[in-house]
Amino acid sequence: MAGSTDLALEIRGISKAYGRFPALKNVSLQAKEKEFLALLGPSGSGKTTLLRVLAGLEHPDEGEVRFGGEDFLALPVRRRKVGMVFQHYALFRHMTVAQNIAFGLTVRKASERPSKSEITDRVADLLSLVQLDDLGKRYPSQLSGGQRQRVALARALAIEPKMLLLDEPFGALDAQVRRELRRWLRELHDRAGVTTVFVTHDQEEALDLADRVAILSEGELIQLGAPNAVYEAPATPFVFDFLGAACRMPGTVVGDRLTIGDWETQASKGAPQGVVEVFFRPDEVAFAPADGAGLAAEIRAVAQRGPDVRIEAMVNGQLLELQAHGPTLPIGVGEGLSVRIRPMRPQVYAAS
Amino acid sequence: MSLVLERPRMPGIAPLLVLASVLVMASLVILPLVLVFHDALAKGLPPFLAALREPDAIAAIKLTLLVAAIAVPLNAVFGVAAAWCIAKFDFRGRSFLLTLIDLPFSISPVVSGLVWVLLFGAQGLFGGFLAEHDIKIIFAVPGLVLATVLVTFPFVARELIPLMQEQGADEEIAALTLGASGFTVFRRVTLPNIQWALLYGVLLCNARAMGEFGAVSVVSGHIRGLTNTLPLHVEVLYNDYDAVGAFAAASLLAGLGIVTLVLKTALEWRHAGDLASGRKH
Repeated sequence: MAGSTDLALEIRGISKAYGRFPALKNVSLQAKEKEFLALLGPSGSGKTTLLRVLAGLEHPDEGEVRFGGEDFLALPVRRRKVGMVFQHYALFRHMTVAQNIAFGLTVRKASERPSKSEITDRVADLLSLVQLDDLGKRYPSQLSGGQRQRVALARALAIEPKMLLLDEPFGALDAQVRRELRRWLRELHDRAGVTTVFVTHDQEEALDLADRVAILSEGELIQLGAPNAVYEAPATPFVFDFLGAACRMPGTVVGDRLTIGDWETQASKGAPQGVVEVFFRPDEVAFAPADGAGLAAEIRAVAQRGPDVRIEAMVNGQLLELQAHGPTLPIGVGEGLSVRIRPMRPQVYAAS
Repeated sequence: MSLVLERPRMPGIAPLLVLASVLVMASLVILPLVLVFHDALAKGLPPFLAALREPDAIAAIKLTLLVAAIAVPLNAVFGVAAAWCIAKFDFRGRSFLLTLIDLPFSISPVVSGLVWVLLFGAQGLFGGFLAEHDIKIIFAVPGLVLATVLVTFPFVARELIPLMQEQGADEEIAALTLGASGFTVFRRVTLPNIQWALLYGVLLCNARAMGEFGAVSVVSGHIRGLTNTLPLHVEVLYNDYDAVGAFAAASLLAGLGIVTLVLKTALEWRHAGDLASGRKH
């Protein structure tokens, strides 16, 4: 975060329904100035609707949006000065790259419009910012997907937006390009210093890019926090599941002791009492010999899958799919062997 | 190109089918076309030119141009507006509007003419009111324009709707967020994206507007030199056994058809990507 702690964006109690289908239910969240905020959720979670409310493309039924103290909902789209980037680029197909980037400047009123030479200079600056210096005269159809999305970003930045809104900007790109652009976008954000709201359904992308992640489900904000905080302490089973692969087992909590199967351990602080559901990541498991501490497990199958090893283990009458990294297997693990496993960071939720 | 290359080779019977279809086309389309010009020039060039210089013929040509000059721009504006609503917005009654636009395609042109007579004719709904105020619609230019507008109004809209639906509204939304006003968005983003399809639609609309017979015939009254458009002029002359005159006028319409066809093909060839893919004409 770039030092500043001023609140830039304040969203309060936003609700929006399409007919009888509620798309957003009483969502409140804030973003600091120059913060990179990710809205993460499965499709239908309301994340895109929220972004469209910020852009002014949807009007909420209830609630308030302020930006820098100003009532944002009272402003029409064109006066909000938000730079928007779309999944399918939405470049003007009949204009060159340079004309695309200049568009936001050329449509200003004559009194506010920069001179032609200023616009040319600004376009050149932006082209070099997005590393497309020589492509100003090309048309969008002559560019690759990654290049198009960089043009779209340059076009959005040209109007010196108060806020950047990105709607699944890498959704249409292949994995390799997506990863490269992700790093590049973060650098660009840090350099441009614009408050950014980023919509994605890709948890890896959100955790990798954002200062804070807001997780939405069925129109509700479930959890908001820094990527690590969210990943390490998911608020609900849904969040745990959504952020990565999950193993789940039944357990019980009595006092400060957690029992899973034949294994008893210290329960985390504030864990619910009684019958619980225990979640842990399949790769956050320590293996121990059969006479050590942990849950008794019988290894059923071991398979190398790219950089990972997939281990199928029968634990407490339940088949779990565990995961280990690296070229060598954890000591003592082999098909048909009995071991003990110990989830390193079990998360406990009240049984539903 | 690759699509053409991937087409399967024709089996042995195919050349025969091609030959058959060429023969059918020749006898149904090319032969009559040649005959029109042949009969028009049957007595040599001077009678042909004289038939076209005759005052009634000139009046018919002028009237046809006038009607098209009013009806085509009206339908271009209407078509763009309707296509814009239907393609870029979702609203109640959207599919009803679509059906309404298609209506002139599905009803007989005679009916399209007759409705105006029922509304504005001497015995029509507003006939008395119009007579009192001395406003002439039926058997006058306004009637011809109304009938032509009604018959030709699907052409532009039908051409634009699939294209605009395919293009979506993302570019317009992007332009709005960049600070453009609604009109600027239309002028600088929407219009350039549909210009070739619009031209294509206008071309078809114009060909039909100039060639329309049925609807115009009902409202025209066939007053020579006053309310006869070119197609009606052809009919009048033909009924008078003036073959050269009728075919001379008809050759103008045929010429218009050929020019339209050439322009249409040129557009399809040069700007195929800018026209809607699922064409239905």
